[in-house]
Amino acid sequence: MRQLILSLMLSLSVFTVEARVEAYHFDDPAKEARYKQLIDELRCLVCQNQNLAASNAELAQDMRRLTYEMVSEGATNEEVVLFMVERYGDFVLYRPPFKTSTALLWVGPFIMLAIGVLVLVVFVRRRSVGETPELDAQDHERAKRLLDDKKI
Amino acid sequence: MKARYLAPLGIFILLVIFLGIGLTLNPRDVPSVLIDKPAPRFTLPDLFDPARTVSAADFDGEVWLLNVWGTWCPECWREHGFLMHLAKNEGIKIVGIDWRDERAAALEMLRDEGNPFVAVGFDPESVAIMDWGVYGAPETFLIDRSGNIRWKHTGALTPTLWREELQPRVAKLKEQSP
Repeated sequence: MRQLILSLMLSLSVFTVEARVEAYHFDDPAKEARYKQLIDELRCLVCQNQNLAASNAELAQDMRRLTYEMVSEGATNEEVVLFMVERYGDFVLYRPPFKTSTALLWVGPFIMLAIGVLVLVVFVRRRSVGETPELDAQDHERAKRLLDDKKI
Repeated sequence: MKARYLAPLGIFILLVIFLGIGLTLNPRDVPSVLIDKPAPRFTLPDLFDPARTVSAADFDGEVWLLNVWGTWCPECWREHGFLMHLAKNEGIKIVGIDWRDERAAALEMLRDEGNPFVAVGFDPESVAIMDWGVYGAPETFLIDRSGNIRWKHTGALTPTLWREELQPRVAKLKEQSP
């Protein structure tokens, strides 16, 4: 039973990820692999949170067709990406290039991580220093009394 | 002690400000890479007469608007009246590209609602559209006398937009010689 449910769920997940309608045929498996990689990394401008592979928007269909045509005519991945960027800007890339306008995007998570580590270190240090107060004879006496008191 | 409580509040306020900015941004406003670049050339069959063609080269040396539309696009219907006004009363030369459309439906719309275009290219297969980086309709481009794109807008043109952004640019470009 569990296996059945599991396989059902797996097949469902396949359907949602690959919403493609048209099937393109390539004479060369290497080209097909490149096509699949490209539509995975290029972003649809209509459904902005989907890549070309997942989007059913008409524009995505057009962009897939163009990608197919370019790849089957022997264009390199770089040529296809350049073609798209020249028209739609870096926006089409799910892996944007590193430059001044995208620096924060790339470096941001590491800055956040560094801040987090810094705060943690400061916090731990301050705590370990602050929580060991000096005890005098009176305190020891009081602690002993409390510990010995069976009623508590 | 006070600073310890103020710090999280400060961080929270900062976060709210950034999220607020993020919420008010329009994600559809993808910056066009084509601004100040030569307008892509196109040659499309004429919507009114398939035997003839409409080409970007027909308008070399003029200041003109390229408007991408389709009868399937509700915003285009909304915008249509204002395009009529621009063409008739402001003397703006508007070239249309009818995108992903049925010829009969497009002709019917122009017959019933009026035709603001000096020429309309018919592009059902997105042949020309891709070169212009169009991703929705309506989209409007302003092209100067030297054939460069100077301004672009995604979405319907409105009187406010015309007054604040488009009109000053058109006036300036018209003064320049090609």
